[in-house]
Amino acid sequence: MAELNLVEAINRALDWEMAQDPSVVVLGEDVGVNGGVFRATVGLQERFGPERVIDTPLAETAIVGTAIGMAAQGLKPVAEIQFSGFIYPAMDHIWNHAGRLRNRTRGRLSCPLVVRAPCGAGIHAPEHHSESPEALFAHLPGVRVVIPSSPSRAYGLLLAAIRDPDPVIFLEPTRLYRLFKQEVADDGEALPLDVCFTLRTGTDVTLVSWGAMLNETQAAAEALAQEGVMAEVIDVATLKPLDMTTILESVARTGRCVIVHEATRTGGFGAEIAANLAEHGLYSLLAPVQRVTAWDVVVPLSRLEHQYMPSVERIVAAVRKTLEGA
Amino acid sequence: MATVARFEIGFTRFLDAEGEATQELPAFALDPATLIPLYRAMQLTRAFDTKAIALQRTGKIGTFASALGQEAIGVGVAGAMRKEDVLVPSYRDHAAQFVRGVTMTESLLYWGGDERGSNFSVPREDFPICVPIGTQVCHAAGVAYAFKLRKEARVAACFLGDGATSKGDFYEALNFAAVWRAPLIVVINNNQWAISVPREHQTVTPTLAQKAIAAGIEGVQVDGNDVVAVHDAARKAIDKARAGGGPSLIEAISYRLGDHTTADDATRYRDPDVVQQQWANEPIRRLRNYLARIGAWDQEKEERLLKECTEQINAAVEAYLAIPPPTTTAMFDHLYATLPAALQEQREAAQWFASHDEGGSHG
Repeated sequence: MAELNLVEAINRALDWEMAQDPSVVVLGEDVGVNGGVFRATVGLQERFGPERVIDTPLAETAIVGTAIGMAAQGLKPVAEIQFSGFIYPAMDHIWNHAGRLRNRTRGRLSCPLVVRAPCGAGIHAPEHHSESPEALFAHLPGVRVVIPSSPSRAYGLLLAAIRDPDPVIFLEPTRLYRLFKQEVADDGEALPLDVCFTLRTGTDVTLVSWGAMLNETQAAAEALAQEGVMAEVIDVATLKPLDMTTILESVARTGRCVIVHEATRTGGFGAEIAANLAEHGLYSLLAPVQRVTAWDVVVPLSRLEHQYMPSVERIVAAVRKTLEGA
Repeated sequence: MATVARFEIGFTRFLDAEGEATQELPAFALDPATLIPLYRAMQLTRAFDTKAIALQRTGKIGTFASALGQEAIGVGVAGAMRKEDVLVPSYRDHAAQFVRGVTMTESLLYWGGDERGSNFSVPREDFPICVPIGTQVCHAAGVAYAFKLRKEARVAACFLGDGATSKGDFYEALNFAAVWRAPLIVVINNNQWAISVPREHQTVTPTLAQKAIAAGIEGVQVDGNDVVAVHDAARKAIDKARAGGGPSLIEAISYRLGDHTTADDATRYRDPDVVQQQWANEPIRRLRNYLARIGAWDQEKEERLLKECTEQINAAVEAYLAIPPPTTTAMFDHLYATLPAALQEQREAAQWFASHDEGGSHG
């Protein structure tokens, strides 16, 4: 087993699947010779050739648009959008075509496409390089939205995303790319999509998060444990379709829930989880659900980004709020 | 200053508005047996359009986009394609779709509001019609790339309107296909109108074909009302693409004799007299005149053909009207390959309320 960071795990998963399945192609800006600006695709063009690892012209619309055409022909394109802040020109194709092709042809054509895009703040990146657009995609019928939070989940979930017969938006937190290493068995084993992962069990409060924020969320759980508050930590992993069963089952035991996400608050995906809790879990709740999110502001440039992103302190404070009067 | 590059755009017409040959016809056109199927397909499309508009006016289908006056473009291009090629159409391309094997019943089913109309029984890999303007050119470039990657001698053919040439998707796709040397042909139906906006407000370039120059591929202009010219250009572009010569752009000049769709009233923005004058250029009369001139067509054949078209269309309409509405759950059942557990509850609720509303057993 190798010690891999998250970006290396992505690279290993791509390499594994390209070797196994000749229909997998990788396309995007700088993915070939340069191996991707984050090196996620390093070595792939050398091994699989420029026809399967395609350095495209610089145009996000056509990267996803042509990938849809390839997917309809039975290829399994993995399109890289260099930063999720640049994914918006491709939205037309994701909304109007990728998520609809199977439905509008009643299954005659389909779109087994993965769009990979780095997301999130915290690496002192330039403007437009720190976005968290997951809620935009989670609103879309016909697509899946997956965000890994560790090297091993990145490896297993990306394999699952490529093998999935429908389009998957795969958002990779840049802050996690090189944050830590983990033992990853490069054995081609996929993880299941559409399910949450319980990372830590606890009895007093359920902390629900995804992506890079699980870093702060787990640190908060650790700090709370020092005070004797036992937090359960859930990694949503697949936002769409959402596995509420795992979250409801946890909240039924803990009676408290704090949702943590890096994206802005209004219309954020935390609202969807909170609404589901209100619909299906209200009688389990001992305290109002709390959301810890970015403020509803434009992602600031690097000097303020840490004040923008939820902190361990804010998560702990939200948990304390749910415990008031307990 | 030195000239570093020079370009020109050719224009081709074989039959003038009266059906007189303006130059020696290409070899395929010397045999009436090649031209008559093209003529038949154009007549069928026109008769279908008349019927479809009547069906819309009587509430039997929804909004419909007629191809009136532009029949030669779809017929001329699709007639040059092989079965294994893939058509990526826009929403005014049923002339091409019918040649490809899409049935008129399927087309009516689509415009009648039923997704099953895009589940074609014959050209299984052809794309459904594309409504968002110009996006289909990207898909077609991707299809063509797949052919090239798999070393298949197949070609993707894509249609768009003159308005769609203002979209970035069009340029991006041409550029991608050019860089990839992908087997793609892109055909602009320049019918002079994007709903109410005339061609000269879309772009100041004297041709749309010259948009190809920016992508470094061949662009040609043809008389889109001359099916011989369209078919000739399509054959050349398709042969070239199939042989590995990369993509081409064809601008076919025609005129939208009808409204944009049944939801549009073109008298609000264009002079009916101009439209009337454009009828003199329409493609069907032109080919009929030519065929009659060479002794390959007469009144009797014409009447028999129109009768056949009517019968075929009536049968298609009857078949369409007999198709029961889709089940409520169909909107869930093709969303994903397998319905995610998270959607099961919504599917059941939709089904329950639908049967409830219809006075079903839950009432």
